[in-house]
Amino acid sequence: MGISRADVEHVARLARLALTEDEIALFGDQLGRILEHAARVTSLDTEGVEPTSHPLPLRNVFRPDEPNFPAPCLSHEAALANAPAAEDGHFRVPRILEEEPAEGEA
Amino acid sequence: MSAPLWARTATELAGLLQAGEVSATEVTTSVLERVEAVEAGIGAYLTRTSEDALGTAAEVDARRAGGEDPGPLAGVPIAIKDIICTQGVRTTAGSALLANYVPPYSATVATRIAGAGLPVIGKTNLDEFAMGSSTENSAFGPTRNPWDTAKVPGGSSGGSAAAVAAGEAVWSIGTDTGGSIRQPASLCGVVGLKPTYGLVSRSGLIAFASSLDQAGPFTRCVRDAALLLGVIAGHDPRDATSLPTPVPDFAEGIDAGVRGMRIGIPTELMAAGLQDGVRARVEECIGLLEKLGAEVGEVSLPTFAYGIDAYYLIAPAEASANLARFDGVRYGVRVDGDDVTTMNSRTRAAGFGAEVKRRIMLGTYSLSAGYYDAYYGKAQKVRTLIINDFARAYGSFDLLVSPTSPTTAFGFGERTQDPLTMYLSDVCTVPTSLAGACAISIPCGLAAEDGLPVGLQVMGQALDEVRVLRAAYALEQELGFKAEPPGWVAG
Repeated sequence: MGISRADVEHVARLARLALTEDEIALFGDQLGRILEHAARVTSLDTEGVEPTSHPLPLRNVFRPDEPNFPAPCLSHEAALANAPAAEDGHFRVPRILEEEPAEGEA
Repeated sequence: MSAPLWARTATELAGLLQAGEVSATEVTTSVLERVEAVEAGIGAYLTRTSEDALGTAAEVDARRAGGEDPGPLAGVPIAIKDIICTQGVRTTAGSALLANYVPPYSATVATRIAGAGLPVIGKTNLDEFAMGSSTENSAFGPTRNPWDTAKVPGGSSGGSAAAVAAGEAVWSIGTDTGGSIRQPASLCGVVGLKPTYGLVSRSGLIAFASSLDQAGPFTRCVRDAALLLGVIAGHDPRDATSLPTPVPDFAEGIDAGVRGMRIGIPTELMAAGLQDGVRARVEECIGLLEKLGAEVGEVSLPTFAYGIDAYYLIAPAEASANLARFDGVRYGVRVDGDDVTTMNSRTRAAGFGAEVKRRIMLGTYSLSAGYYDAYYGKAQKVRTLIINDFARAYGSFDLLVSPTSPTTAFGFGERTQDPLTMYLSDVCTVPTSLAGACAISIPCGLAAEDGLPVGLQVMGQALDEVRVLRAAYALEQELGFKAEPPGWVAG
């Protein structure tokens, strides 16, 4: 089972990975082989079997509504210390929204 | 001549330190000198923290000199896998993306190690984001197996395993997601313990697969593993999946033996594909367990054959979600782009290595519309079947025993071209991981054909560490095997 080039490109877009031509070819082949093996799970009868998402019985966990429990929060400075770009106490990123058209335009 | 300090077990060193026969500074200096002597040939460390280690040692010595009790294990040097955050000390997860990341906080595991007064020698190498079975996927180069430097140390905690095997740390911490403590322990001839999921806090561990990741010890003997587990285990309010159960004294009664214990041998893990020398050593151990008074029998766990398949659908799915945080915004490197999406995609393309990209792709694919039910959903149901198989086996047996790895250490590059072959390295360790239970690997001799260490795995139910450690200890004593790689200076 191979995975089509279109599928690889689609998944790479979803995963936010800019792949090279070589990687697209390689992953198409490798993922196909891995999934073919992994697809053996489809041969098992799982009728009526509940899925396990977590090995522990899940339960809600509460904590006191105190800002410093169980430990003080990171300072503003510490939270930004590893950012590749920061400005005025914020993470700096490329523009997300288009600029509003000026009045009279559009 | 007695063995140099760096070559002793933590148990021996703790005794010497408490009796005042050696100082923590002497022990730490001995280990640092050993690192200096052999590290160039092994590559166990990504970051060395020699000054910090000597500082901790001096503090421990001062406290002892002042009549204070710094703790029973204070002064025994340790190494920490570089996926565990250490405040002020670079933590890379083996990734170029985090090459300059200096965490502003410490993982709970690291805090507990500091609290116990253990000098930290450094941060150890690993497969990038703990993805791999050979430590060939580190962005900073591979670690070599101290038994044969042409062979891999296993992975992903290869640096932590090799550090202990080479005498570059008395003990160390690794993390195990599908076998990343047990498999490298097996390949390097040291003890590796994967605790029950939730017993050791995951707070401050850089996440790979959240429902599987678990930190645990590498040591030179089983008693040391029990002691180190005692240091790092226990409830942590910072981790919502941390178990609020009391922590027993894991070393107490460790010599109680296996008489009357019912031990099952899963036939699926003794199947074809097992290296002859591995099979021979494991069968020898099974004989010894019988000799020691255990009741041994075969047990079939048919769904174990699907463990790898379920694991390689579930773990990458969780990884693809966890690794979404590496977007070039809050930490790590950034490659610029005109818009956020381009910046994210370019950053991730440049920062992640091939194996990480492969798993992100695999995980994203199996979670995507049209495939979710067939792959991820099905794998989660198979995970339930594997847990049910374990439960059935534990109706008749107290523990299960198998090889840890189907082969001894393999050569560099041997499995990198074919990811599927690499993934099959984890066939014996993955079922326990999926069940969230505990298991230990102990060195049980050398394979006749290549003279490399063989690991035996003892698996137990969740929170049954005490019994697992007792069986492993009994076997270790009976085997009397000293795993000392070439170049080791025996006493």
